[in-house]
Amino acid sequence: MAVIPVERKPLTFAERTYIPQIISGLRTTLRHMVRKPLTLEYPEQRPVIPEGYRGVPTLVYDPNGREKCVSCQLCEFVCPPKAIRITPGEIASDDPNAHVEKRPEEFEIDMLRCIYCGLCQEVCPEEAIWLQNQFSMSGYTREEMVNNKAKLYELGGTLPDTHYKWDKKKAAEQHGNAHH
Amino acid sequence: MFDFYFDLPLWIRLAAQGLAVMLVMFPIGAACSMAERKIAALVQDRPGPNRTIAPILAWIPGIGIIKKLGLFQLAADGGKFVFKEDIVPGHVNKFYFIAAPIIAVIPALTTIAVVPFGAYLNSAGQLVPIMLANVDIGLLAVFAISSLSVYSIILAGWASNSKFPFLGSVRASAQLISYELSMTLSVIPVFLWINGPMAGESSASLTGSLSLSRVVEFQSQSGFWGGTWFIFIMPLSAFIFLISLFAETNRQPFDTVESEADLVNSFGSEYGAFKWSLFYVAEYCHMLVGSGVFMLLFGGGWNPLPWFPLADFCNLIGVSGMPLVTGLIGIGIFLFKVLAMIFFFMWVRWTLPRFRYDQVMAIGWRKLLPLSIANLVFYTVGIALLSK
Repeated sequence: MAVIPVERKPLTFAERTYIPQIISGLRTTLRHMVRKPLTLEYPEQRPVIPEGYRGVPTLVYDPNGREKCVSCQLCEFVCPPKAIRITPGEIASDDPNAHVEKRPEEFEIDMLRCIYCGLCQEVCPEEAIWLQNQFSMSGYTREEMVNNKAKLYELGGTLPDTHYKWDKKKAAEQHGNAHH
Repeated sequence: MFDFYFDLPLWIRLAAQGLAVMLVMFPIGAACSMAERKIAALVQDRPGPNRTIAPILAWIPGIGIIKKLGLFQLAADGGKFVFKEDIVPGHVNKFYFIAAPIIAVIPALTTIAVVPFGAYLNSAGQLVPIMLANVDIGLLAVFAISSLSVYSIILAGWASNSKFPFLGSVRASAQLISYELSMTLSVIPVFLWINGPMAGESSASLTGSLSLSRVVEFQSQSGFWGGTWFIFIMPLSAFIFLISLFAETNRQPFDTVESEADLVNSFGSEYGAFKWSLFYVAEYCHMLVGSGVFMLLFGGGWNPLPWFPLADFCNLIGVSGMPLVTGLIGIGIFLFKVLAMIFFFMWVRWTLPRFRYDQVMAIGWRKLLPLSIANLVFYTVGIALLSK
């Protein structure tokens, strides 16, 4: 490796008095003084959440109001910190969504364990679990920090669906074509 | 209208005046701490304290401005300092530990007695300085009393009986003493000038004065040389005085005394609550008095502009017949200048990094002192030649 000797110029008299540097420094700080603050006043002003943000994991409904989770438990298995607990349940045969067969009876995400990695969202075959925009979770007890199914749906709401996979399957079945 | 006041015994009047000055100075000193935080915030592109408000006051329309200025935060902090538990650590020398903050405040508030902070035109049209004690030793008294404040720092550091406060106080004593020299030498040309050949015929009876009001009077004379502020005649003196002022008041970039990076909080480390805040009020009062002295010596005191003295200004707006109004204008102009200086102090604080302690000493002894001696010799010779 070549050594490049850097020539150090001796300081000029003006530089040794520091005065020009101090003045330019004062100018810099003055410029910042008259500038608008760059900070957000947090609880009132909220930051703009970028697309693809990984916030608190939530469960979502499809536009028809069907809960998309079919309690396959893939997210439970993939979750690195084991934050997810699912109790699978059957859908009653008189339910309009009976053809979906399963839905979670209880779905708990322990937000004290969750590391917001987004693997649950990635692994979900039903696009039912989404890490959405909420970035702040707080509570006074450990129990409060566990999101149950009701809370997860409340946080998640409804997201648009492009597939309507189960409706298509049902329609195909009714036309006698199980593998559409 | 004020007859009842002048009928009071002299000592009551003096006590009332002193109390009034202190009651103005103390809150300004405290408000400076909020100004410091606000200016720090502005330099760092953030809004600064702007949230605190007493809930019972929140309904008043327009009070949001006071809230935004952080003045309620100031009140809350002040209240906290007063009502907090006042801890005296077990390992300290109790007597001196408690005495130190008191000794810090006394000289800080005493120096204002000999500093004129305004002037009014009396009914005869003469300019009378407003001050508590118009003594002839003027500036000498300021220097003598304000240098006592180093004792409070030494006492605080020694009484705290732990190493960082001790190191800080040792630094403080060395630093304050070194810069006092250049400070004193830098103002001598001003007094040589006003007592020397330029004194003029009108003030012949006043020669031999160290009075600060005399310096301002000199800067309010008519004519080109009479109306020139000393910052233009003696820029180097003003510069040296300003730098020494920064060092004397322990402000950045010279605040090696309480450099929190290497000395925790130095002499304040063992203090808390009200005693701690007294040190800071004392520091701000020193800054106020120091800025005031700078403005009196070099910045024309209560004169609004160079070559445009207060008397002309009052004539211009037609209030020269009203002593009360002219007095308030004089005080207002002076206070504005002093606060501008305080702003400069804070502006510099958030611009420059702190000097290393050896650099502080090198600047003080090897740069500033020779410079101030050279400055003194130059002006002495110059004034001697002029008076020929």
